Amino acid sequence: MNSKPTTAHWEHFEHQADIGIRGIAPTLEQAFEQAAIAMTAVVTDPDLVLDSTAVAITCAAPDTELLFVSWINELVYEMSVHGLLFKRYQVFINNGTLSATAFGVAVDRKKHQPAVEIKGATFTELRVYQQADNMWVAQCVIDV
Amino acid sequence: MDTSQFIQQDETCWEIQPKGNMRVPAIIYADAQLLQDMDQKVYEQITNVATLPGIVEAAYAMPDAHWGYGFPIGGVAAFDPDQGGVVSAGGVGFDISCGVRTLHTGLTIDQLQPHKQALADALYRTVPAGVGSKGHIHLNHKAMHGMLTGGAQWALDQGYGEQQDLERIEEHGCMAGAEPRCVSPRARERQKDEMGTLGSGNHYLEVQRVAEIFDRNVAKTFALRVDDIVISIHCGSRGLGHQIGTEFLKEMVMSAAQYQIVLPDRELACAPLNSPLGKHYLGAMRAAINCALANRQIITHLTRQAVATIFPGIHLGLLYDVSHNTCKLEQHMIDGQRKSLFVHRKGATRAFGPGHPDLPPLFKETGQPVLIGGSMGTSSYVLCGTQESEQRAFSSACHGAGRAMSRTQASKQWQGRTLVDKLAEQGIIIRSPSMRGVAEEAPLAYKDVGAVVDVADRAGLARKVARLEPVICIKG
Repeated sequence: MNSKPTTAHWEHFEHQADIGIRGIAPTLEQAFEQAAIAMTAVVTDPDLVLDSTAVAITCAAPDTELLFVSWINELVYEMSVHGLLFKRYQVFINNGTLSATAFGVAVDRKKHQPAVEIKGATFTELRVYQQADNMWVAQCVIDV
Repeated sequence: MDTSQFIQQDETCWEIQPKGNMRVPAIIYADAQLLQDMDQKVYEQITNVATLPGIVEAAYAMPDAHWGYGFPIGGVAAFDPDQGGVVSAGGVGFDISCGVRTLHTGLTIDQLQPHKQALADALYRTVPAGVGSKGHIHLNHKAMHGMLTGGAQWALDQGYGEQQDLERIEEHGCMAGAEPRCVSPRARERQKDEMGTLGSGNHYLEVQRVAEIFDRNVAKTFALRVDDIVISIHCGSRGLGHQIGTEFLKEMVMSAAQYQIVLPDRELACAPLNSPLGKHYLGAMRAAINCALANRQIITHLTRQAVATIFPGIHLGLLYDVSHNTCKLEQHMIDGQRKSLFVHRKGATRAFGPGHPDLPPLFKETGQPVLIGGSMGTSSYVLCGTQESEQRAFSSACHGAGRAMSRTQASKQWQGRTLVDKLAEQGIIIRSPSMRGVAEEAPLAYKDVGAVVDVADRAGLARKVARLEPVICIKG
């Protein structure tokens, strides 16, 4: 019996200096969404984050792996400039262009106790692919 | 990793001879134990660096090397622009010009002891640290331009610091060749409220006691005596550097084919030094170096203010300021000829030896101070540059302990609050906005910095001068 979850989920994976984020989901878009939740979880517990603020995001890249790095880096930029943490996301991908809405809230240092600031998404362990069970995986290491 | 993969040249020098697409050998400085404990990824990454166009002599890894991005952290490589040499955004990293600055206080541990808690509180109140902290300086377009071209000199002109600080900073506090026009609006936007902030992760401000002197003569020149109190600041170019790294990494990956560069790892993204993209990156990266120098200068000013509230009239002078994520144009001797090379140091400290023309007169006989940060709760070290370091690895040394354990493992293994209490029992005060952040930086998540520094000393990369023990640590 396969014990792997078949619904969308996220996880972290090991990197000696930093940390890897991975989204696993039935669609590519959902895998991107889940990986972004994994990124929030590097900073704080996503359950502590409200989704009262919506931010529109668009980016484009020549392949899905570069698109994934661009997506995470767009979020890092929004988090940094506007002092936000994101709880959930809606992602649409069409012909190498991503348009999304990220839902979150301003960082509350007392409530969220943010552990680290994310500097950027790297190409290390960067992979976007579909598994044999048709689940999509989107992952990379982020520099913190 | 398996030591049989190497030819051991001497006790601390392990060579991988060129194979496959490697243009030069790869050399790791370590003792057998450190080498065995290193991740196999260091081998993979340092041999990948050896394949890059225009690399000169060898790709080097310092004794603290660990798995990084493209380059190992602790990687050093020099490139000749006349031989098609490249500059790599991955080889510099996201935190451009991250570095360490150490200040003298003129205090002794006995004088500090009764005021430890008060000083910890004053520093924590005054120096913004951690995610979501903002500085008190807001840069408009003109001020941003001044900061990107002027570095610590600009900060001084704004009233942050003293004229004599500048000669105790690499590049005299101002990196030449910075091109603000190469810095994107987004990078500027990320920085406009971040001047004078520490950041998070492994960045810190630490009050330290000189615990041990190894070289009396050099320590005298560096004005370090046992039981003296010094303050060290470890941080970099903040959001501006991170954004520049992010943008150029993507651009260099997408342009590699155009420049006929075969990347064994996309993270090694690079462009020829003489190409428009290479020059553009150098202009932006040098502006980010100035941002880091200005940032450490402003934090120095804030530190002086905080210390003065507890010890009025005290003067905090600089020992030195070093950067450990850079690419710099330097003169080095290759086969008896002086060459201009672009030296990448990713998690490695420059270690110019005695007589080097770029050193201030005070350090002409000793070589430059090489500041090696430990992890929270463990020792830091002051070393000095050596003559032989030039031959060993383009005058470079290690930069810190290097992680032995991932953040995930560390936060599973330790609780921040317990660690803070445990360190308090040892007389070390920790102030941090995030207990999880503290857990991820647990002392045992890092290699033994003492072993790393011993090897750097034995390898001739730099020579040990003093050991510093933490007394107060403000963690981002």
